[in-house]
Amino acid sequence: MLTRILSGDMPRSRALSLVLLVIFLCLAFAPFLFPGTRSLETAARISVFIALAASYDLMLGYAGIVSFAHTMFFGMGAYGVALACENMERGFLPVVVGTLAGALLAAAVALVIGLFSLRVRAIFFAMITLAVASAVAVLVSQLSAITGGEDGLSFSIPRELTPAFRFAEGKLLGASLNGKLLNYYLVFGGSLVIFLGLLRVVNSPFGRVLQAIRENDFRAEAIGYRVVAFRTLATCLSAACAALAGSLFAIWLRYVGPGTAMGFEIMIDVLLMVVIGGMGTLYGAAIGATLLVLAQTYLQEVMAGAAETTAGLPLLPDLLNPDRWLLWLGLLFIASIYFFPSGVVGRLRQARRPAGRT
Amino acid sequence: MSEPLLRLEGVFTDIEQYHILQGVDVAVPAGEVTMLLGRNGAGKTTTLRTIMGLWRARQGRILLDGRDIAALPTPVIARAGVALVPENMGVFSDLSVEENMVLAAVSGPLDRARLDWIFSVFPPLKTFWKLPAGNLSGGQKQMLSVARAVCEERKLYLIDEPSKGLAPAIVGTLVKALKDLKAAGATILLVEQNFSMARALGDHVAVMDDGRIVWTGAMATLAADPALQEKLMGLSMEGGHG
Amino acid sequence: MTELAPEHRPTFSRASLADRLSPHAPVLLLLALAALGWLAIDQQSSWLTLTVSGLAMGMMIFTMAAGMTLVFGLMDVINFGHGAFVSVGAFVGVTALMLMPGMTAEASIWLNGFAVLLAVACAMLATGVMGYAFERVIVRPVYGAHLKQILVTMGGLIVVEQLIYVLWGPVEIFIERPAAFQGAITFAGAALEKYRLVAVALGLVVFLALRLTLKRTRIGLIVRAGVENGEMVQALGYRIERVFIGVFVAGSALAGLGGVMWGLYEQVITAHMGQETMILVFIVIIIGGLGSVEGCFIAALMVGLLQNYVAFLAPKAALISNIGLMAAILMWRPQGMTPVVKAK
Repeated sequence: MLTRILSGDMPRSRALSLVLLVIFLCLAFAPFLFPGTRSLETAARISVFIALAASYDLMLGYAGIVSFAHTMFFGMGAYGVALACENMERGFLPVVVGTLAGALLAAAVALVIGLFSLRVRAIFFAMITLAVASAVAVLVSQLSAITGGEDGLSFSIPRELTPAFRFAEGKLLGASLNGKLLNYYLVFGGSLVIFLGLLRVVNSPFGRVLQAIRENDFRAEAIGYRVVAFRTLATCLSAACAALAGSLFAIWLRYVGPGTAMGFEIMIDVLLMVVIGGMGTLYGAAIGATLLVLAQTYLQEVMAGAAETTAGLPLLPDLLNPDRWLLWLGLLFIASIYFFPSGVVGRLRQARRPAGRT
Repeated sequence: MSEPLLRLEGVFTDIEQYHILQGVDVAVPAGEVTMLLGRNGAGKTTTLRTIMGLWRARQGRILLDGRDIAALPTPVIARAGVALVPENMGVFSDLSVEENMVLAAVSGPLDRARLDWIFSVFPPLKTFWKLPAGNLSGGQKQMLSVARAVCEERKLYLIDEPSKGLAPAIVGTLVKALKDLKAAGATILLVEQNFSMARALGDHVAVMDDGRIVWTGAMATLAADPALQEKLMGLSMEGGHG
Repeated sequence: MTELAPEHRPTFSRASLADRLSPHAPVLLLLALAALGWLAIDQQSSWLTLTVSGLAMGMMIFTMAAGMTLVFGLMDVINFGHGAFVSVGAFVGVTALMLMPGMTAEASIWLNGFAVLLAVACAMLATGVMGYAFERVIVRPVYGAHLKQILVTMGGLIVVEQLIYVLWGPVEIFIERPAAFQGAITFAGAALEKYRLVAVALGLVVFLALRLTLKRTRIGLIVRAGVENGEMVQALGYRIERVFIGVFVAGSALAGLGGVMWGLYEQVITAHMGQETMILVFIVIIIGGLGSVEGCFIAALMVGLLQNYVAFLAPKAALISNIGLMAAILMWRPQGMTPVVKAK
């Protein structure tokens, strides 16, 4: 049963299984385990970013393509929902329409970019996605009449998903039984479905071909696989999943803006999640996303404290300033690519077989 | 017999996971032409590239004038006086013929006398001196590649299948040039599939198969012994795929 | 045996008109773009103003992009952290300029020019040294692995940006141009900003110097040959990795120069300006053909012109128009306008 759900891709390490189980249980019961708005925000954020990072890993880890447009696809899903909710009558219909429109647009744009760049060189893809994503981000903030510009859009979602809706009286283990709870489970469930769906994709014959291409595209082409078609399809799938994650995030926040759905910072976050967790395994994306969101939420406080205690010293407080946390993440990022290219998951799996292959 | 100019002792070379050279032992005496024969995939090109340091020997010694060059970087080996005419000719097509030659003369300006000789054996190089080498025909590119190697005096010339894919007339031109070079006392290690060209030039022969030297001897011995020729040349010719 | 090889005439001497025009297509395209702008923009004076500022912009982008494209051509290394040199160059140069108020306040072309040159020298020195360190620490361990290169150099960019924040503070810095380069001159009814003319001149000098180096010096020959076949260059006896470090350092220094020029053009500098300019730099490198300096030059001018024309006609479409240009060029020539020959 479990094997079926996980598409036969077992964690293959006791420590890894344990970590994944803890993450899963904490997210599944977050409203009851950690009551409070802030922890629920964190849990929802982790869920969405697990889906987003996993969709990115399909491209980076499995297909070996670097894209810098993943937040653009994420944003397409988010803006899709926002614009549909803004312009249509309140209800579930605009949510569905916006989500589907976002996912389709993302897949279509990915297809065009893929056809342009992947047929020449995989490296083109990285450059072109960076250029296109930046241009789109600028455009989104310029077209303020439609997108709300820098301020973004606040929109209304179906009442059933808001705190104003109470489906039962009282509280269960400290959590109010209201629309917010339903909304959380929509986000959690949606992310879980995306994640398991991606797990199925990477363990399918399609996923195996992708990995063969990543290892040696020349050989894969020679065997008779159409490398460009496979890579482009992976890109489209990945983009559509990112858009779905974006839709979930927008529904949860009831707001979109360049900072939450389009910014380059998110792109960097996703890169860090996948690399630190471990490229080429979706479990790595899950662990990386969890670690990074937790760090983002709680580590910055630690840094602020450290900056205060070192206030008298030269330069050090500036380096420890919570705004500079990207500096440390950047260093960690470089270090993990050099020294732990297989990330946390690779480490955990290695620990199980000390004499095994690296 | 005095110490040869170049000696390979038990050289093993891997390319990725494939073991291409599996203990090559060969000696190249100074002032003579040594032919390296063998079927496709026997490891002839790999031997030349290993001597040049373009591929690294995993094991074994490569002695040039008694000094082990197996671990030296390619440019240092080149400056020690080894010139390579690679299988794909390695002509810089974006550069003019002149620029190709200037680049090949590492120790100073082009030597006028040598250049005159090059022009006399390869007249097209003079004609197209200022044109991009990419516009040359295949035979002319081969002439340029050889000319680059011989534009300065080198200790050792490594020449990889110069006749490959060329018209007989151009092969004749190349043979004449290499004979001139030989007459001037050059040491050459020449890979060749074309036996008539090999016979015209070679003093010694080393036959390779499966990454090893399977026969060495004088060209005269081989030329005079049809049975041996049959055996070795059969070996040379069989499985001539690609 | 003694007969000579038949002489082959190079075939291009009898080529058709289209074939003969083909190598010049990029230049013709650039002229066509300028002509199209002239038709689309009613007032000739506006067109002239826009053309000059487009050329200025193009020259600056070229200055930033040249090193990156050469590094790619020579060593197959793609440096996503190249923008870091632009930012650092701008900060070092502008800081240096601000330390010389006496030389920049009065409108003396010699004094001002000297101050700017001094600032540029500081910036290029800093980014050159930084380039050396970057190559050694960040790029060297990941030769031959594109995926890692992209990731690691991106990480390098993030770290350098953050270090700029640490050293110079988190807010942008506004800068006034030296007095002699402020204001505009009027030519044929068009107002041409002095600084833009200076930028055009400076960019042209960089291009010509680069071209001369590549065409006329032995180092240039090695670089050009190395772009095509690095192995053969080594087999001829040249240490290509030394040449490569030299190119990397020179390219970083040029990016630093571009950063100073861009900072004085925008009159404001931020830590992420490098990352922003990289968008146009990438477009230019792709359009021009990875590894080609000449293609990069023409492409930079095209992007600069298009950006300025479109910004005048339909301001919001400016950046998107360049993406469109890139798409169009890639449909026409998938490897860019002047693809570089690779012997691999």
